Amino acid sequence: MTEPLVGRALPHESAVRHVTGAAPYIDDLPEPAGTLHIAPGWCRDAARGRLIGVDLDAVRAHPGVVAVLTAEDVPAVNDCSPSIGGDPVFAEGVIRFHGQVVFAVVATTRASARAAARLARFEVEAERPAVTVADAVDRDSDVLPPYAFRKGDAEAALVAAPHRLAETVFVGGQEHFYLETQVAFAEPLEGGEIRLLSSTQHPTEVSHVAARVLGLPEAMITCECRRMGGGFGGKESQATQWAVIAALAARATGRPAKIRLDRDDDMIMTGKRHDMRVDWHAGFDDAGRIRAVDVTFLARCGHSADLSQGVVDRTLFHADNAYDYPAATIRSRRLLTDTVSNTAFRGFGGPQGVAFAERMMDAVAIRLGRDPLDVRLANLYPDARSPHHGVTPYGQVVDGGILQALIGELERTSDYRARVAEIEAFNGASPFLRRGIALTPVKFGISFTLTHLNQAGALVHVYADGSVAVNHGGTEMGQGLHTKILQIVADVFGLPLARVRIAATSTAKVPNTAPTAASSGSDLNGMAALRAAMIIRDRLAVKAADLLGCPVEAVRFEGGRVHGPDRSHSFADVARQAHLGRLSLSSTGFYATPDLVWDRENGHGRPFFYFAQGAACAEVVVDTLTGEMRVTRVDVLHDVGRSLNPALDLGQIEGAFVQGMGWLTTEELVFDDKGRLRTHAPSTYKIPTAFDVPADFRVRLWEGESAVDTVHRSKAVGEPPLMLAVSVHSAILRALASLAPGRVPPLDLPATPEAIVVAARAMRHPASGGRS
Amino acid sequence: MRGSIRYLSRGRVIERSDVAPTEMLIDHLRLVRGLTGTREGCGEGDCGACTVALGRLDGDRLVYEPVTACIRPTASIDGCELVTIEDLDADGTLHPIQEAMVRHHGAQCGFCTPGIVMSLFTLWAREGEVDREAVIDRLAGNLCRCTGYRPIVDAALEACDARRDARPPITFLVRAAEAAARLAEMADGVDVFLGDETRFFAAPRRLDTLLELTRAFPDATLLGGATDVGLWITKGGRDLPRVIHLGHVEGLDTIVEDEEAITLGAGVSLERAGRALGRLDPDVAAIFRRIGGAQVRASGTLGGNIANGSPIGDTPPLLIALGATLELCSADRVRTLDLEDFFLDYGRQDRSPGEIVTAIRVPRPTAAQAFRAWKIAKRHDQDISTLLGAVRLTLAGPTVVEARIAFGGMAGTPRRASGAEAALIGASLVEAASWRAALEALRLDFTPLTDLRGTSDYRLEVAVSLLGKALAEIAGTPTSKTRVFARREGGGHD
Repeated sequence: MTEPLVGRALPHESAVRHVTGAAPYIDDLPEPAGTLHIAPGWCRDAARGRLIGVDLDAVRAHPGVVAVLTAEDVPAVNDCSPSIGGDPVFAEGVIRFHGQVVFAVVATTRASARAAARLARFEVEAERPAVTVADAVDRDSDVLPPYAFRKGDAEAALVAAPHRLAETVFVGGQEHFYLETQVAFAEPLEGGEIRLLSSTQHPTEVSHVAARVLGLPEAMITCECRRMGGGFGGKESQATQWAVIAALAARATGRPAKIRLDRDDDMIMTGKRHDMRVDWHAGFDDAGRIRAVDVTFLARCGHSADLSQGVVDRTLFHADNAYDYPAATIRSRRLLTDTVSNTAFRGFGGPQGVAFAERMMDAVAIRLGRDPLDVRLANLYPDARSPHHGVTPYGQVVDGGILQALIGELERTSDYRARVAEIEAFNGASPFLRRGIALTPVKFGISFTLTHLNQAGALVHVYADGSVAVNHGGTEMGQGLHTKILQIVADVFGLPLARVRIAATSTAKVPNTAPTAASSGSDLNGMAALRAAMIIRDRLAVKAADLLGCPVEAVRFEGGRVHGPDRSHSFADVARQAHLGRLSLSSTGFYATPDLVWDRENGHGRPFFYFAQGAACAEVVVDTLTGEMRVTRVDVLHDVGRSLNPALDLGQIEGAFVQGMGWLTTEELVFDDKGRLRTHAPSTYKIPTAFDVPADFRVRLWEGESAVDTVHRSKAVGEPPLMLAVSVHSAILRALASLAPGRVPPLDLPATPEAIVVAARAMRHPASGGRS
Repeated sequence: MRGSIRYLSRGRVIERSDVAPTEMLIDHLRLVRGLTGTREGCGEGDCGACTVALGRLDGDRLVYEPVTACIRPTASIDGCELVTIEDLDADGTLHPIQEAMVRHHGAQCGFCTPGIVMSLFTLWAREGEVDREAVIDRLAGNLCRCTGYRPIVDAALEACDARRDARPPITFLVRAAEAAARLAEMADGVDVFLGDETRFFAAPRRLDTLLELTRAFPDATLLGGATDVGLWITKGGRDLPRVIHLGHVEGLDTIVEDEEAITLGAGVSLERAGRALGRLDPDVAAIFRRIGGAQVRASGTLGGNIANGSPIGDTPPLLIALGATLELCSADRVRTLDLEDFFLDYGRQDRSPGEIVTAIRVPRPTAAQAFRAWKIAKRHDQDISTLLGAVRLTLAGPTVVEARIAFGGMAGTPRRASGAEAALIGASLVEAASWRAALEALRLDFTPLTDLRGTSDYRLEVAVSLLGKALAEIAGTPTSKTRVFARREGGGHD
């Protein structure tokens, strides 16, 4: 019997093209004759204020310039918001943040467009922008109403608790730094139709919004995406504006038009992970068991709502991480600041919630002088095998828990207890260098919390020669979704991978899709593709039974052939016979996640199909005088169910961990008091390099059966492992805590070298107050 | 004189006379030649997605260096072999690096992958053992946001290890030999001058020709490795009508070592300078290794790093502490000055129009001298220093008789800490209390700025800590107690 492709560590479907440079991204495709190039124009001197005048004469006069587009050139609606509005394609009358696009130059070359874009002159009645959480709180401005979850009577439980602790912690934002900057290409077709190529996680939204802005029926706009050079959430809603500008340029000039953002422009003009101030207050007992939590997340959303409702909701959904709070009030504000609109980023608000929960565990343990792992274990939700289940602050029963067992195994394999003792001995004899270790779990809810997004479609064609083409609604950004889909579909027909082709994601093939986000790509699209393929296979099986002279139930598809009990036909032969027999060899497939109930108004329901779970143990060494830090070892154990492709899943886990580590250590977004982002290039914004990755990095997949009815019993993997990196921050905190036992180091996130020095100084000299 | 530039590509000489001084190699590849495997990720030489390999002759040996095509002017590759991602599998089979990258799942989104493959190709093409550290070092200038690097490092190690047991693919050897022969033929030793007096790119061969040019065109932009000037164009949007490239000037890239000193031509790359100077002290080696990534060090020059007058460095504070002197030449005179005197003020150096930094002389520390240096940055590799401190003490027994303490990132220029230096004279290594005056004096030596890399407080605090560490280490505290990143006694890097 041939081994199925599902479950094998096969290379990415584009691997050979990746390494040879032959996998084209949008800017690499041959340009049709007459293609024009677009550069965005913006006011470099203002973050907020009334736009009194824009002088574009010099821009228009620049050699090569064909057109200059402003708000006046928008035929229908000047808004590219993914939600409630407030995201003008071009600023109109007012500048809302530093980097807001005011106009677009369309020119014969990119160089000409970019040079011309710098020539505009603006007259702005500048106002002082609200930049920080404190600014927004002072101004009392929100993009969306406050929202909270409540479980039990937290107020009373806090008062009754034997111990209480309160803290304010800042959690930093994060730039996506996908390697391919935002890019889109628009081609005008006959009758006003437009074909868009967009590096987007959400082609449906791109064509939907383009249609809205241009005043066209959605059916007249097709959006395609073969692959992105990274997305990470940064191309979920914020790829749209660029595609829309390209569409406007194509419509205005009648020529194909392309926009690719310069890296600095990209970093200045697109949103990031939300930074937050977290004010928390907890009550607990002598063992460190939480009695009550009262926490407020003050999220800096930027100038518009964008996806902030869902993002900050997810912070609340994960403020419990893996812990059973008997009573909790979990609040949030979505603050309006005069800065770029913050957006989706791998984890979608969840990481900030998890970071809080783990900080609280550490703080409680430090205060009580207990090992933080013991405090974590004392608070974990019960495992599935336990006679009782925990209930989250939003009313979902946690019935698939494995963390007690998983953490137990990681504790053993990482040799946690012995290393704790060894580290304590080291720290006792080392005045300046301190080591720390932490083992932290993650429990991450899988499903879009906007329930209607939990649907997917696919389209599978079998051609008469037996080759197969697959379309589905998901997009490929490097995560290997297309590879997994190919494995799934090829197995349905018993074909080798070479006989199945994945086609670019296109709204013309599969409409009304959800974004490829929320780690849901293979759960949703894998199931839809599986169903489409099964429908065709069922038809082929009837034909094959005929040819093979056996009952349908006896037909097997395997090894490129269709088998009966005693003989077989090639798959191609069966396909040809089916075609001659006038059978449809094409089918759509559709999937909607079952059993989801979510009542947002009352903060109650079962928003998640299941939870993805895992844990990591990280060890660090810190120089308390300079803030230099090194991660010396990391052990990860993570549950992906029955892996569709262990190599790809391992890649997601390792990559997410390192990305999360960057968020919590070296990646620091600095806005000045004028609202300008100062860290808008890789020279100033530091994502991890190869050196930062621990040399001793042991990642394993949890071996256990999944009880959840997902495609081939696999589990989502895109986002959850990012939060495993919280272990690194916890380990740094613990290293610093050794300077003054019993005191919680005032260490914010990210733990940059300076943040470490500031916290260390506060530990040594409490009067200095620490955080400035 | 030649009115065109020429380079070798797949055994073919490509000659162009219509290259603007500001045209970057990436545009030449993508827009002119239609080779789109080389991709722009940042446009400032920091992400490595556009890495290509430049081959040049070192004696009769062909050496490949990684170069970021986004900030490298096309005209400056005259006389080199250019190898891009499209060339590695030109014969239809994957290069061993590519094959290993596939096998180890080293690509996810794939956008950065060609740059990573090209960086690793230059490592693979080099002779000798390749260990994990060498791979990480070579990858410092390549950002990947997807994989977490582990599979890439594994792939590189496997492919490089395989060279031990099997000779490189014959096609590669044949191609390299042919390329070397062609490059030797192409080396005509003549001056290159593209354009006219109003707009030109000039690459003189001789120092006197260079000085004539700088006298005639004192406003011309001097181009070393373009790792800074390139950004004026790509990010500053500046037009540089007149460019004089120093890369062909004979004698500007020599390294002369004698018993007292190492003298380096201003055109010596940071990579070569680091290898030569790294032998003076492990901290010098470690800090050179942390200047940019391999791409920046291969192109960037020591003279450029000094002459551009950055307040940070990284080389000036190191070299000032080591007691380096600078040689400047113009058509009329040659003069020498102490390196610290070159930096007058933020953005202002002691260099007249038409004058050129030609050499740097670095005295070897004597047996009575001890040296320590630290680079502090948000990220260990390929980051601009928040501050960089270097200390050289001259000792008589345990007593300090002379101190040179220099910092970058603490003022508008790299500067000596004169107060702390004076306060250290007479201090004793065995008497920690005698260091206190110097540590206090250091707080008065500088009033650093607050910027995106760090606050004034942090800089000052860490500067004092570094001086304290230097004294403690020189007094005998083992570095295992003072450092997160080890000091490698006796070992530079290759």
